[in-house]
Amino acid sequence: MKPGMFLRVALIALLLALVLKPGAFAPAFAPFAPENGPVIYTRSSLLSLSLSHLGLVAMASLAATIVAVTLAILVTRPAGAAFRPLSRTITNVGQTFPPVAVLALAVPALGFGAGPTLVALFLYGLLPIFENAMTGLSTLPASTMEAARGIGLSRWQRLWRVELPLALPVILGGIRLSVVIALGTATIGSTVAARTLGEVIIAGLLTSNTAFVLQGGLIVGLFAVLIHDALVQLEKYLAQRSGRG
Amino acid sequence: MIEIDRITKLYGQTRAVDAVSLTAETGTITAIVGTSGSGKTTLLRMINRLVEPSSGEVRINGEPTHAVKPHLLRRRIGYAIQGHGLFPHHTVARNIGAVPELLGWPKEKIAARVDELLTLFGMEPAEFRDRLPLELSGGQQQRVGVARALASRPDLLLMDEPFGALDPIIRTRAQEDLRAIQRKLGSTIMLVTHDMDEAIRLGDRIAVMDGGRLVQYGPPEEIVAAPATAFVADMVGDAERPMRLLSLIPVSDLVEPGTAEGAPLPAEATLREALSACLWTGREAVPVETEGAPAGRVTLAAIRARAERHA
Ligand SMILES: Nc1ncnc2c1ncn2[C@@H]1O[C@H](COP(=O)(O)OP(=O)(O)O)[C@@H](O)[C@H]1O
Ligand SMILES: [Mg+2]
Repeated sequence: MKPGMFLRVALIALLLALVLKPGAFAPAFAPFAPENGPVIYTRSSLLSLSLSHLGLVAMASLAATIVAVTLAILVTRPAGAAFRPLSRTITNVGQTFPPVAVLALAVPALGFGAGPTLVALFLYGLLPIFENAMTGLSTLPASTMEAARGIGLSRWQRLWRVELPLALPVILGGIRLSVVIALGTATIGSTVAARTLGEVIIAGLLTSNTAFVLQGGLIVGLFAVLIHDALVQLEKYLAQRSGRG
Repeated sequence: MIEIDRITKLYGQTRAVDAVSLTAETGTITAIVGTSGSGKTTLLRMINRLVEPSSGEVRINGEPTHAVKPHLLRRRIGYAIQGHGLFPHHTVARNIGAVPELLGWPKEKIAARVDELLTLFGMEPAEFRDRLPLELSGGQQQRVGVARALASRPDLLLMDEPFGALDPIIRTRAQEDLRAIQRKLGSTIMLVTHDMDEAIRLGDRIAVMDGGRLVQYGPPEEIVAAPATAFVADMVGDAERPMRLLSLIPVSDLVEPGTAEGAPLPAEATLREALSACLWTGREAVPVETEGAPAGRVTLAAIRARAERHA
């Protein structure tokens, strides 16, 4: 536990430093920059890019969660069982359709900026959440569900008081996967002028400046690792509290 | 009073329950016994409408169950099942208080009821009320499951093999506890079991099911002494019959004046225990006492004569 905690604090400190005081890392990145070229990305503030990046991921993931969980609830009701294969197909297509293609298709409709990126991240994020929510809602302990009906909980009460709380740790596992994928995928949004950390990486690629690529990649990677870790901790806590951990 | 009136359940061509009628008096335990697949669970689940009957009706204190919305009906009927079915994410107190909460009891009244029931089941409230089900032994989980079913003082308590998952020693204790608590509270219970011993031990009346039909319904003595069909006789077991009969008769029935050697038995002990004591210690009679005072004796000869009489 202790070494893990130490590593966590160290990574957070590193991330904060990279975002807030990028200048301090000039010596470290200098070997990767072209001769006489810029070492540190200064065209926009890394803090504002980070916030915009995280904001896009949060919005897309929230929307994907609402839609995927609602869909999973509907198809795990007796009346919705017939729609299970169809909804599986839809979410699967969302996942197999490359985000780059979604961007290309969405730009004519939504214009440049955050819109197409949100759509791509949303579609890409549906499947893991939907699959986990389905698993969580359809593998509840049978005797508990029988008792919930038997003592007189209505459908809604069963859903809110028993099914969702018990499935929550599994659903959260899907959200975690989806968020981590979205954190990485959001970088390509910069190709259609969404403000994300991808801007730094793309600037590096266009000017053959490996220092920029490393800088952007490192920040995105650290966000992904730390958010992943935080969600894993939350899942563990919830699993314990729901008496199944 | 619970009246089951020609109730039937069809699953396709299968008659899971076939025109079963029976009446259970308030304050009694009815044990529904039969082999696996004989329709016991289906019969029980039609009473609280977890299964809707194909035909026939159930009346509780004269009121037909189909006149009430199913989930509201179920709040008036306790329900305890094998594997307890507790809510793993709720504390013991919240589990026991689940139905009173649904019925809108005030918080203090629920808390008091929870503590009362925990005490009744021999579980110290302060120690157990905030635990999660995971933090209880199997026997304790089962007791909490039964306590939950009793919490709102329901008109009727349905139990489907409630002790099926417990090991034999804990099961016997749980049966004794249930009997004692039922006597104390005067609850009406319908209990499903595949175990004839459990039915005899707990039932005021026993309903024997075979292939969806009710083949015999009567007090345990009658089931044991006069099985209505070969199937019932089989359930009782030929070799077991004398012992089962003796286990239903208290020593006090045969007590006679006089003395005998050896350790005394209480008057509530059964003739089966008296016979066992005679055989094991080679005595012709055992002394009987009521509340510690000598009350006479029971002789081996009297027990034999009683067994031959077949009730
Ligand atoms: N939901 C159902 N669908 C189809 N058949 C069922 C269903 N429930 C029970 N049955 C059938 O009804 C019969 C009685 O089952 P059940 O009441 O569970 O018996 P028991 O509890 O005595 O073991 C069995 O033949 C069983 O296969
Ligand atoms: Mg059964």
